[in-house]
Amino acid sequence: SAKIVVHLHPAPPNKEPGPFQSSKNSYIKLSFKEHGQIEFYRRLSEEMTQRRWENMPVSQALQTNRGPQPGRIRAVGIVGIERKLEEKRKETDKNISEAFEDLSKLMIKAKEMVELSKSIANKIKDKQGDITEDETIRFKSYLLSMGIANPVTRETCGSGTQYHMQLARQLAGILQAPLEERGGIMSLTEVYCLVNRARGMELLSPEDLVNACKMLEALQLPLRLRVFDSGVMVIELQSHKEEEMVASALETVSEKGSLTSEEFAKLVGMSVLLAKERLLLAEKMGHLCRDDSVEGLRFYPNLFMTQS
Amino acid sequence: QMSKQLDMFKTNLEEFASKHKQEIRKNPEFRVQFQDMCATIGVDPLASGKGFWSEMLGVGDFYYELGVQIIEVCLALKHRNGGLITLEELHQQVLKGRGKFAQDVSQDDLIRAIKKLKALGTGFGIIPVGGTYLIQSVPAELNMDHTVVLQLAEKNGYVTVSDIKASLKWETERARQVLEHLLKEGLAWLDLQAPGEAHYWLPALFTDLYAQEITAEEARAALP
Repeated sequence: SAKIVVHLHPAPPNKEPGPFQSSKNSYIKLSFKEHGQIEFYRRLSEEMTQRRWENMPVSQALQTNRGPQPGRIRAVGIVGIERKLEEKRKETDKNISEAFEDLSKLMIKAKEMVELSKSIANKIKDKQGDITEDETIRFKSYLLSMGIANPVTRETCGSGTQYHMQLARQLAGILQAPLEERGGIMSLTEVYCLVNRARGMELLSPEDLVNACKMLEALQLPLRLRVFDSGVMVIELQSHKEEEMVASALETVSEKGSLTSEEFAKLVGMSVLLAKERLLLAEKMGHLCRDDSVEGLRFYPNLFMTQS
Repeated sequence: QMSKQLDMFKTNLEEFASKHKQEIRKNPEFRVQFQDMCATIGVDPLASGKGFWSEMLGVGDFYYELGVQIIEVCLALKHRNGGLITLEELHQQVLKGRGKFAQDVSQDDLIRAIKKLKALGTGFGIIPVGGTYLIQSVPAELNMDHTVVLQLAEKNGYVTVSDIKASLKWETERARQVLEHLLKEGLAWLDLQAPGEAHYWLPALFTDLYAQEITAEEARAALP
């Protein structure tokens, strides 16, 4: 990074007390990690030529016997800057208070919407016959737009809206190739990043993604959402049979004698998260045994099953 | 009946957005006010990218993109800290990744984005320690005992069995079990060369005091 070195004259004998009485260095090195050095150098040179500080009225001589009492050097330049900052602050405050006022008014209206949705939800609950299915679906999309939790199911959005169905279809299209590249399975976090990075704008919320994925199977799309016992959520190709992958995992572990999730992940080229899930599934199915120690979780082929 | 109200509200929101959209973008305190007010009336502006709030105020994209950045940072540092990171460090790293020209992001923003990420089922957790938070990004099981020990460790970046027994009045065995679990999950590092007894260090809590990322060049330059 760019550097400016400022060489210092030796301290004069009548030097006023300051933070340091002396220093073994005779220079100051300024390092500019993110530019700004050109401008800074210009201003520094200017000041060094003008030496305005030598003409500044110093308000109080520093009293050494009173401990660190920094005297305020009131300089024209500083006062001017302070005034500008104060004005800017006042204007920002004005903007904020106006924004805040408008926000409060908006929130009052939003609260009315929340109340209205509660009363409609109650009507739906009570008189199932009067409200058509169409209207219920439309109601759900209203809740989605407002960000109001469905008073009945407590889900914000609730699956089953048109939007999520569309989204599910889109996802099926987008994720086919990436899934195939990754052995047919991806964690929902990976999907979230992948999809949103691709979109760039109008991103999906995590809940949007989950709600859309919940509909994959119902819409008979070639992907499905799967939740492991640990709570980890993944998207699998319908054609992906995790149980079959377990058989090959067992082979791999047997070949190496034993493996941790990290080792297995590296061997097979999977994320550690999914590798762990596969090994856990294999264990659940009885093919692997665990050795849980301070050094980590290691899996061995289950000889109790095969050799008893 | 509702659709008419909805359209009216949409218009109100559009008006608000045209006047104050910038304010939300630039001012983290205003964002906090906004979020708090929404929560009070029972509205979640971040629930869906298709919500009015997200579409018209742009709050959605801001937080969802932040979510992606948080995930990426946590993934990148997982090998070092086992999936546990202080909010400060996460904040620093996210800011670094966003670059100088990106919009500023506050710690409150990060917390809100993380709360949303929990929906993805990947074990994102927020653990209060000292005056700040530890962010967990892997589904490691951390119960109350583990959390309390993490909080104890926050002061010095490490903790010993004696520390735990003295502060928490636990039996040796309980302390050892918790520490072993943290070791196993990769959240703690064992230091057998420390003076006295074994020190259990938490890389997540390493501050600039203990660890600085320097390049090989800088290291060479620093040597006499």
